Amino acid sequence: MIFAFLFYCVVILAMICYAMLDGFDLGVGILHPFAKSDMDRRIFLNAIGPVWDGNEVWLVIVGGTLFGGFPEVFGTLFPAFYNAVMVLLLGLILRAVSIEFRSKRESARWRNNWDYLFFFGSIVIAFGLGLTVGNLIEGLPIDANHQYLGSVFNFIHPYSIIVGITAVALFAMHGAIFLVMKTEGELHDRVRSWVPKVIGIFIALYTITTIYTFVAKPFMVQPMFDRPYLFLIPLISLAGIIAVPILMKKEQDGWAFISSCISIATLLILTVIGTFPYMIRSTIDPVQNSLTIYNSSSSELTLKILLIIVAFGVPLVLGYGFYIYRIFRGKVEIDERSY
Amino acid sequence: MDVVMLSRIQFAMTSMFHYIYPPLSIGLGLFLIIIEGMYIKTKNLRYLEMTKFWVKIFALTFALGVATGLVQMFGLGTNWGRYTRYVGDVFGGALGAEGIFAFFLEAGFMGIMLFGWKRVSAKMHYLSTILVSAGAHFSAIWIVVANSWMQTPAGFTIEGTGADARAVITDFWAMIFNPSSMDRLLHVTLGCWLSGLFLVISICAYYLLKKKHVSFARTTIKIAIVSAFVVLIMQLFSADSTARGVAENQPSKLAAMEGVYKTEEGTAISLVGWVDTKAKEVKGIKLPGVLSFLVYRNFKTPVLGLDNIPSDEHPPIQIVFQTYHMMIYMWGLMLLGASAGLYFLWKKKLDTSKWTLRFLVISVTFPQIANMVGWMTAEIGRQPWIVWKLLRTPQGVSPGIVSGQVIFSLIMLATIYFTLLFLFLFLLDRKIKHGPTDVPDQVGYKDPYKKGAVQ
Repeated sequence: MIFAFLFYCVVILAMICYAMLDGFDLGVGILHPFAKSDMDRRIFLNAIGPVWDGNEVWLVIVGGTLFGGFPEVFGTLFPAFYNAVMVLLLGLILRAVSIEFRSKRESARWRNNWDYLFFFGSIVIAFGLGLTVGNLIEGLPIDANHQYLGSVFNFIHPYSIIVGITAVALFAMHGAIFLVMKTEGELHDRVRSWVPKVIGIFIALYTITTIYTFVAKPFMVQPMFDRPYLFLIPLISLAGIIAVPILMKKEQDGWAFISSCISIATLLILTVIGTFPYMIRSTIDPVQNSLTIYNSSSSELTLKILLIIVAFGVPLVLGYGFYIYRIFRGKVEIDERSY
Repeated sequence: MDVVMLSRIQFAMTSMFHYIYPPLSIGLGLFLIIIEGMYIKTKNLRYLEMTKFWVKIFALTFALGVATGLVQMFGLGTNWGRYTRYVGDVFGGALGAEGIFAFFLEAGFMGIMLFGWKRVSAKMHYLSTILVSAGAHFSAIWIVVANSWMQTPAGFTIEGTGADARAVITDFWAMIFNPSSMDRLLHVTLGCWLSGLFLVISICAYYLLKKKHVSFARTTIKIAIVSAFVVLIMQLFSADSTARGVAENQPSKLAAMEGVYKTEEGTAISLVGWVDTKAKEVKGIKLPGVLSFLVYRNFKTPVLGLDNIPSDEHPPIQIVFQTYHMMIYMWGLMLLGASAGLYFLWKKKLDTSKWTLRFLVISVTFPQIANMVGWMTAEIGRQPWIVWKLLRTPQGVSPGIVSGQVIFSLIMLATIYFTLLFLFLFLLDRKIKHGPTDVPDQVGYKDPYKKGAVQ
């Protein structure tokens, strides 16, 4: 039991790392069309150039840990979201190749087309991830055999759509702050002027989503009334979100970025608190049919093996991860090797 | 068509497209270690230019490998949900290790390898190149181990029955070192190296033909041809060991590979042949006793034929037979190319041997075809099982999905993949034609061992 819980924490941590890191890559993609000149767009691409591959690996880790640690969830979730997963894959492929292909030719048409696909891919991924979170909160029609009974477009409903749009705004904000840190000169000032707008849009959507959740999904907030100390998390979350515009105004860009990271992490933790111990809540019979951490995990031996791998591997990954980010710190410089 | 067949086609298609790229990056990774190492050792700027050129091509193949690789993992979940539940417990450790030890290493240091030229020292850059290549190799290890477990399961027990049954791990190391994993790992790795090396050979042969970047091409092709020749000989031994493993663990696959319908003394191999599935015999040129010899090291002992295997456990025989033979022909062509290359290098006449160079230009396709048809032999030869003798392929498919969905995704993926392949080849072609920046011979450096260098 304890191993399943520990490994669940690993999966959630991987999700948080993914959202915090690839989040700004996606944000840069969403803001990409707003950079007008070719050089500005190249600076945007090269801001994420050396790190986006590594950031995306966290998504592979989320998938891999689900496959290995909670195969029942992996084998239920993906067929149920078949169409959504395919569209998400479309986004992931398009983003990857458009980053790689864009600057390989001089032609304006070639570059414009890849710019458009980069934007499209990024927005599809961001929206898809939000949509998934919305659906995990909403729950799925799962029968007693953990069989999905819904239709093929069951994942589209008002709640999941609003969470999806909020995710797009959240990542756009995150990406804008990242770009402020990475750019200089006239472009820097222009990007800085976008930040209040993006933050405004995000805060508006965030408020709508929060109220919607309170009204329509009371079970999401119930755990906090049961254990009042959990109110600490939404408080941190709120403080993080409010701190972002204040810190940006003071030009404390690094701290604003950290605040933005904290908001992303706490928003995911809030989702987890609300859904715990369910990994997929059954809308047919939540108590009997749901996939929980405990009834969908792998055997104890596998969980132990996985935890050992994580205990050795993750410090290593974080160690050289920090090193790589340090090497590429500071403003973007374009040379003949750049995208 | 039903969901099972559509899902099989989809997985086969995405796997084959995916498998164009990782072997290239594994092979090129090895090559980068060699040439950047030469630069570190000799400080010869020509090697630096070579490294910078191949790093760009590496980046192109890597990006496509990642993009198509994500489809592989997600595709297992969407179409093969029942299978993932069945094997999840066993694959857990291997997949976790692959993600954490392989992918992060590769993707992380990739950034330094591509963009870190001015930000880190030459030695640190070289270390990054080694780590990227190590990451690429590690990922091959874990995925081949997992696939080998599907061929020869070990170190597990079955829990539950019927639709709830799943394999649960009992011995991690027995799972990792299952009977076929080491043989197949070596076989696959050598195949990947050949992909990378023959890409290099082909490009350099093209330059020599066109008399462009000649000094670059001469140096590079020498390293690549010698390496390829050694790897081809190693592959011979690896193939022998792998095939004997198949004979022992998966006799129905071996029987299909050579079309052995009858169990008889002195079992033959076919040099070329066509399987007449109605008459249950192979028409072609045969060498009697040779299969017995290859498997048992004597010309007598019979190899188990399909007549002794229940017919509902037969794989499709024609396609397994043909793909297996095609793989061997490709090895022969590669050996021919490498030997001719070696001979003319030794005679110092490679630059002017037009026909050899032309053959070497097209040789890039041989290892690619060999890898594809080799995997087809392995995977189609495993049928009708998705996990050998435990789970039949139709039992592995996701229960909830409908054929309309799979048709939609199949069309979508096929469209993207064909477009991507086209663009990849287009960009590769342009990069190759543009070529490396030519270093004016030995800027600021004179090799003291060369005649006339010291004056």
